Amino acid sequence: MSQIFYRQAVRDALREEMRRDERVFLLGLDIGRFGGTYKATQGLWEEFGDERVRDTPLSEAAIAGAAVGAALTGMRPVAEIMYMDFITIALDQIANQAAKLRYMSGGQARIPVVFRTQEGAGRSSAAQHAQSLEAWVAHIPGLKVALPATPYDVKGLLKTAIRDDAPVVFIEHKLLYGVKGEVPDEEYLIPFGHARVCRQGTDLTIVALSRMVWKALEAAEVLAAEGIQVEVIDPRTVVPLDLATILASVRKTGRLLITHEAYTGFGVGAEIASQVVEQAWQTLRKPPRRVCGRNVPIPFAPVMENYVIPQVSDLVEAAKELMR
Amino acid sequence: MSVTPQSSPAALAALPRNLLERLYRTMVRIRLFEQKALELFLAGELPGFLHSCLGQEAVAAGVCAALREDDYITSTHRGHGHVLAKGLAMDRMMAELYGKTTGYCKGKGGSMHIADFSCGVLGANGIVAAGLPIATGAALSAQMRRSGQVVAAFFGDGATSQGAFHEAVNLAAVWKLPVVYVCENNHYAVSTPLERQMRIASVSERAAAYGIPGITVDGNDVVAVYQAAGDLIERARRGEGPALLECRTYRWLGHYVGDPATYRPPEELAWWKSRDPLLIFERRLLQEADFSEQELALVRREASDELEAAVDFARRSPAPRPEDALEDVWP
Repeated sequence: MSQIFYRQAVRDALREEMRRDERVFLLGLDIGRFGGTYKATQGLWEEFGDERVRDTPLSEAAIAGAAVGAALTGMRPVAEIMYMDFITIALDQIANQAAKLRYMSGGQARIPVVFRTQEGAGRSSAAQHAQSLEAWVAHIPGLKVALPATPYDVKGLLKTAIRDDAPVVFIEHKLLYGVKGEVPDEEYLIPFGHARVCRQGTDLTIVALSRMVWKALEAAEVLAAEGIQVEVIDPRTVVPLDLATILASVRKTGRLLITHEAYTGFGVGAEIASQVVEQAWQTLRKPPRRVCGRNVPIPFAPVMENYVIPQVSDLVEAAKELMR
Repeated sequence: MSVTPQSSPAALAALPRNLLERLYRTMVRIRLFEQKALELFLAGELPGFLHSCLGQEAVAAGVCAALREDDYITSTHRGHGHVLAKGLAMDRMMAELYGKTTGYCKGKGGSMHIADFSCGVLGANGIVAAGLPIATGAALSAQMRRSGQVVAAFFGDGATSQGAFHEAVNLAAVWKLPVVYVCENNHYAVSTPLERQMRIASVSERAAAYGIPGITVDGNDVVAVYQAAGDLIERARRGEGPALLECRTYRWLGHYVGDPATYRPPEELAWWKSRDPLLIFERRLLQEADFSEQELALVRREASDELEAAVDFARRSPAPRPEDALEDVWP
């Protein structure tokens, strides 16, 4: 075991897969000599050179589309979209092409492409550099969507994503790159569609995505001191979604709280709540509760930004209400 | 901008006989297929909608004849000609138009999405200009695999106003990728004429912005298209990078079948129809090469037989089950 940063875990996953399979290559803005805006690809250009760590012009549609075309013809590209907010420019290639070419061609195509990006607020990046847009891509059949919260998960899931023959949107969180965690020295992979029970509890289930996993764990500590035992579940991938693990927990606790930074309205939380209600409404003692991003653009000033993104105190308060 | 004039009789006569026959056969197959598709569509036999490439046959035929079998193409909503020229069979194409299980896409794609990856057809595409970034990526893959393959990306004049066009061509230029961007300039983006789409006289001028060659040819002259495409394709294969080939042509029908195309002056259509690419080539094969009317008639009969069998195949093929819709999302 080693203690490494999330950003190092990203880089290690890329490096291992590039060493393992020469078809794997990276393309994106500033990922090579510069090492990536969040330094997640640092050192890879030095090892693999211009051909496999490809700095591109500022062209999200071409980055995504070139990755799709390369994936269709025998390569396994990992394309970086620097901020998830910029995915708008690339969305035709991701949502209309990568997601659909297999289906439209009657199952002929394999499109082993990973779109790596990062989302999340908390750095006063304002409305165009801080959104969490996983619901956009999760909505489209044909795309897998991962949101790893820990160094261990980001490494194991990224390696799986690269080996998957389906397109994967792989969403990191900008405030997790500096988080440290234990990662095995030996190789491992984490399958998609397997949630992680981060903390066991009997009173309340919190399903948390991405950085909210950490806040949920903090809230669970606070609540434990008050005698409320919280179970924290990180789905890790939302497509495919491990509903079974969530349902098993809800059947035990009877209470469900869902938290993500993404806008509350039409978000992944709504989908999870709806699936749980459809399948296990009898076991619920209270209606499911969402503690998610407020339905406004992300503001700049820290005091406002903190207000629109769920905080530990919001989770504690909502949990207590559910327990009443 | 360089303008290649219509090819000379000597240019045609210099081409191998089997190549001339292939060009003719491809154009005939496209012409007959499109005429039949139109007829079947108007008779209510085909679902969806149809974008006809009648009048544009020379571009597909000329470009694809200059490609290797393992080269790639990306196509458009008006793509029947491109994929026929790249080597797809009429029967499975027709079955796809009927939405049958025997179609190239098992009835999931239809007219606008015909693909056969084993033939290098990376898909017709319903999103204007979306094939260009994909072609750029396929060319990147060919370059990285050192396969010697080249990509031809077909698109219309309308696509060149899309951001994806700029991004894709620029990236290919920067990386010197083996791809030829083939603009079928049919002078209209749906109803909008060229002069209301751009301030330049010809699409090929855009190449200057990327530092790549831009050539304009008479898109109704299959020999001129073949020669220009061949030069640019071989240039790309040698590692000298991408190029933009503009082929000036005209679609005889509206944007889709049923579009009355009242936005076009009738004399304009009449002028272009007097320059029917198939009739021009037919006449030249008789006058400038040593083809006989009987030989050409045989080609037409063979294509017609293939087409008849294709329609029969499509009609007799089983329809998909409703729940087949749930398959082929995931690998």
